[in-house]
Amino acid sequence: MIVGWLIAILFLGGALAWASEALDAQLPKFIALLALLGSAVLVGWLALSGQANPLSPQGQWWVLADANWIPRFGIRFAVGVDGLSLLMLLLTVFLGLMALGAAWHEIRERSGFFYFNLLWTLAGVVGVFTSLDLFLFFFFWEVMLIPMYLIIAIWGHENRAYAAMKFFLFTQVSGLLLLFAIVCLAWFHAQQFGAFSFDYFALQDVVLEGRVQTWLMLGFFVGFATKLPAFPFHAWLPDAHSQAPTAGSVLLAGVLLKTGAYGLIRFTVPLFPEASASFAPFAMGLAAVGILYCAKLAFAQQDLKRLIAYTSVSHMGFVLLGVYAWNLYGLQGAVMTMLAHGFSAAALFMIAGGLQHRLHTRDMQRMSGLWSRLPMLSAMALFFTVAAVGMPGLGNFIGEFLSLLGAFQASRVATVFAALGLVLSAVYSLWVIQKVFHGPLLLPAGQGREPDGGLADLGTVELLCYGLMALGLLWMGLYPQSFLAHSASVLEALLQQTGTPGGGG
Amino acid sequence: MDAIPYEHGLILAAILFVCGLLGVLTRRNIVFVLMSLEIMLNACGLAFVVASARWQHAEGQIMYLMILTLAAAEVAVGLGLIIQMYRRFHTVDISVLNEMKG
Amino acid sequence: MQEWTGLLPAFPLAGFVLLVLSRGRMPRGIAGVIGAGSVGLSFLLALTIAIGVLNNGGQAYTTVLWQWMQVGDFAPGFSFYVDGLTLVMILVISGVGFLIHLYATAYMADDPGFARFFSYMNLFVAAMLVLVLADNLLLLYLGWEGVGLCSYLLIGFWYDKPENGYAARKAFVVTRVGDTSMAIGLFLLFSQLGTLNIQQMLMLAPQQWSVGSGIAVAASALLLGGAVGKSAQLPLQTWLPDAMAGPTPISALIHAATMVTAGVYLIARTHVLFELAPSVQLLVAFIGLATLLMSGFTALTQTDIKRILAYSTISQIGYMFLALGVGAWSAAVFHLMTHAFFKALLFLAAGTVILSLHHEQDIFRMGAMRRRLPVSFWCFLVGSAALTALPFTSGFYSKDEILLAALGQEHYGMLLWTGGVLGAFLTALYSFRLVFVVFFGRDRHQGSSHGEDHAHAAVMEAMSPVMFFPLLLLGLLALGGGFIHVPVDTVFGAVHEEVHASQFLHALMILIPIFGVVIAWGVYGSASYQKAGEHLRERLLAAPIGRRAYRFWFSGWGMDALYQWLFVNPFMVLARLNRKDAVDQIYGWVAQAARVGNSVVVMLQTGNLRWYAISLVGGMVLVIGLGVWR
Repeated sequence: MIVGWLIAILFLGGALAWASEALDAQLPKFIALLALLGSAVLVGWLALSGQANPLSPQGQWWVLADANWIPRFGIRFAVGVDGLSLLMLLLTVFLGLMALGAAWHEIRERSGFFYFNLLWTLAGVVGVFTSLDLFLFFFFWEVMLIPMYLIIAIWGHENRAYAAMKFFLFTQVSGLLLLFAIVCLAWFHAQQFGAFSFDYFALQDVVLEGRVQTWLMLGFFVGFATKLPAFPFHAWLPDAHSQAPTAGSVLLAGVLLKTGAYGLIRFTVPLFPEASASFAPFAMGLAAVGILYCAKLAFAQQDLKRLIAYTSVSHMGFVLLGVYAWNLYGLQGAVMTMLAHGFSAAALFMIAGGLQHRLHTRDMQRMSGLWSRLPMLSAMALFFTVAAVGMPGLGNFIGEFLSLLGAFQASRVATVFAALGLVLSAVYSLWVIQKVFHGPLLLPAGQGREPDGGLADLGTVELLCYGLMALGLLWMGLYPQSFLAHSASVLEALLQQTGTPGGGG
Repeated sequence: MDAIPYEHGLILAAILFVCGLLGVLTRRNIVFVLMSLEIMLNACGLAFVVASARWQHAEGQIMYLMILTLAAAEVAVGLGLIIQMYRRFHTVDISVLNEMKG
Repeated sequence: MQEWTGLLPAFPLAGFVLLVLSRGRMPRGIAGVIGAGSVGLSFLLALTIAIGVLNNGGQAYTTVLWQWMQVGDFAPGFSFYVDGLTLVMILVISGVGFLIHLYATAYMADDPGFARFFSYMNLFVAAMLVLVLADNLLLLYLGWEGVGLCSYLLIGFWYDKPENGYAARKAFVVTRVGDTSMAIGLFLLFSQLGTLNIQQMLMLAPQQWSVGSGIAVAASALLLGGAVGKSAQLPLQTWLPDAMAGPTPISALIHAATMVTAGVYLIARTHVLFELAPSVQLLVAFIGLATLLMSGFTALTQTDIKRILAYSTISQIGYMFLALGVGAWSAAVFHLMTHAFFKALLFLAAGTVILSLHHEQDIFRMGAMRRRLPVSFWCFLVGSAALTALPFTSGFYSKDEILLAALGQEHYGMLLWTGGVLGAFLTALYSFRLVFVVFFGRDRHQGSSHGEDHAHAAVMEAMSPVMFFPLLLLGLLALGGGFIHVPVDTVFGAVHEEVHASQFLHALMILIPIFGVVIAWGVYGSASYQKAGEHLRERLLAAPIGRRAYRFWFSGWGMDALYQWLFVNPFMVLARLNRKDAVDQIYGWVAQAARVGNSVVVMLQTGNLRWYAISLVGGMVLVIGLGVWR
């Protein structure tokens, strides 16, 4: 039942935060903090006690809640947690706290409704990571989308309406394909077994003939690849990120993108193993192209947030690569990249947001030499940039290296091209450092001219957030085993169940 | 007494309906449009009555009673709107009122 | 002592953490003590470990700190492997590193970023120690990237100048190209051998691969890519001369003594793989030869004191590659060590000169510094003598070994030897050109923009004991380092049979550098010859061939321009062309199509009531008509 509680806390906390704004404008953020801390405690308890739970017959799942919802169509409210979901839940709750930290001083208008949206997005994400029923999964998929749309549309920057609409349309259209594929799958289940079912395990038994399988697989793939986002479905991301408020970017980059990757690992390949195997070379090709193409685009950007957004797409390419290598190295690499990128990208967006908050611009042409005025912020930026470059000893390296190691067994050509992304990532990352933090001091007109006022270095909340994320990345980089161990059994079971189209592992 | 062939009744209803329709389509004075609409409603009512007589069913006549009440309500609302329109725009020409467009 | 091996990189790492946490608010004295002291502790520990191991007959051992990760069969550990080769490396790194740290506490004393400087330096030493201690290639890669990062940070240490940042980025990106090749090499090695543990790989590879097999060639070529990038060899050497933008102690530590020799270490460490791929090994030799000649010529034409030393470094590493290429593993390591001594000495001495002249680096604005800076002069003289391999200096023994080994190469021995000797001649020429121009002749510094009295007052030796002691020690090592025996016999297996060269060749190898010194004296040195020398120089430059050659050499054989034209410009053009993301524009078309459709449909909505009624009727007629006539 813990998962049920987890979702309920977030939903209720959101509603309460909204309602409490009428009493006091400061109240919502404390309620949100309480709700997030409560869910953090629950997830922590899950992580510590999880292994002791009796394993369900399906293997590694700890099925924690299962109830009829719409029996007419065999739809159930079934949620459960396994090692993989647990990691994702940890990421979600942690980054939820970080997003709260980012919003703490930034959101001043309609804060109650903001935290309502924040918590509901998180509730949707938690649901997505734990659903064992595909209909329920899709329900949560939509739950996380709409509050996010509102966050961008209401609290975003100058071009927010466009960005929010673009985000909504992309996710909605791809979600429609996903829904269609899910319903088709349930229908085939009804044909073969006499009753509708959206159950994850039941649907794995559905036998599909080649062409149908390919089309349904593509429906799932597009649904998830848009969220990931993979080239060429990435066009919504730079706009959404550059316009979203910092907390929105943190959630979007840190958590929402990972739902796409999670969907690929959890649903697309296990439900359609053969079709995925024959599709794998294309997916890996897309990944390699995406890595290089978006790295190049990142280099060309002048808007700091847009640049980081493109690097996100580039890094997600490694996830796609690892997933479609479909061997243990690649999958573990994808999982590690998801976690580590969640941290590093979230931190970088917070830094970009912090700079915008201080300088009122995101245009890198108008910044230079900030190190001398903001040494701590700059040092943090350097740290997270270096993490994003894939410096060994930090989490991103483990992820990228394992992804590539796995991919190498599956497709050498794609791997070699993807590895060139390592060079390009150095090119754009160091360019950011040079442009923004190094060089002679230059501030936007009218900014921080006075000696100390106007341009303050990190505050307590910020320092705490960055410090925690930095420690997390170091932990992932130096002892990734504590994360890998959680997902290992899950991934091994998935591999065994689908056979290993990628070979190796 | 010989029953009037029901085809005659239907033809009359059709003629009345087309007359009303033409009125609606061609008149610009909204009062005439409203009157033409009444003619069309009554054409329908006639068709109902004829049909109910042909099949010996009471529903058609009941339907006609409903059309009557509908027509009364419509005229009440319609005339009210026309008065408002005249007060506001000082005209009863409907082609002047074309601002509701994409 | 062996169980404390893990502390070797831990000391400087702790120093780094302390310095970072202090956020620059620590008093300089304490920061300096932490910075230099942590490396000193590492050196002491390294020394005790070395004594322990050598007393034990050079028995190698492994210390496992913790299991890094375990993914299927892929189980690299944070584990350190110590053998003779490692000992040489850790002693050089921590020893020379400590001396340079000590020197830097004085050199950087006035810099506002003092603590930041030492934090980066400590991080570098830690990463470099991890690099050489690693027992698997992944951990080695960690150190490898770590030193690259520190190199980047330290080259761009004075970050307010954009050109420093450019040099730093160039260094990082160019080496990253090599690193990527190396990473692919790791994937290949793992997929073939199922392990990245170096000792296991060296054992498995000969069992699974035949000599010259495609896999062996590919794997060793990919590793070579990494080595070439880090060690600034052709074709990835372009970053090192620019890297001189960093403070001089950095150039001494990172870009002369330690990091740039990491490539040599990598190849020596995985020498079995290279022995399995003779063609790649030969390639190593020829890369070394080409690099040492190219950078020798280039060094002749440079005017910046640090750039001359940088090209000299590239050239000396070329010698090491030559040695590796002909299988003289221990000679390469030997030269690595002696080079660390004399090149660090040269850089530090150059640092004192530069500091005394208020950051003047052009050698033609120095001159006659012999009297004003006697300590620097003697250090420079000793360092240059060792660099030139004059008899009885350390460089003489190591270079001698390399040249003899090159002569022993089966097919191309004579060619490699001749090239090497020509390189030695060039070395003598450019290093004594440097000595004579800077320390002899006329004092050209007075004429510089500083103004006469001011300049005079400025030029004096700023030599504190903290600076003098490292110079003295390094000077002694540069002289006597040739008598240190490098304990790597057990690492590289059977020693190659002694090559017997004729007396004539031996004499040639001794005489040619001396001949070079004499010529350098003739052109740049003695007052009596100076005029003739300058005249000769002018004559040479006046001839079109001379001028063209000069320019070609000066630009480092045009490699920078070539890369600019081949890679950088196309990338920039592509980036600029597609700033808006073509894919996004395709989606833009979809939106555009929707908008056009909308405007068409909007035209139907006229707002005219009768038009609506007509379309209603028309639609009705159509529907009824379809129903009737269908």
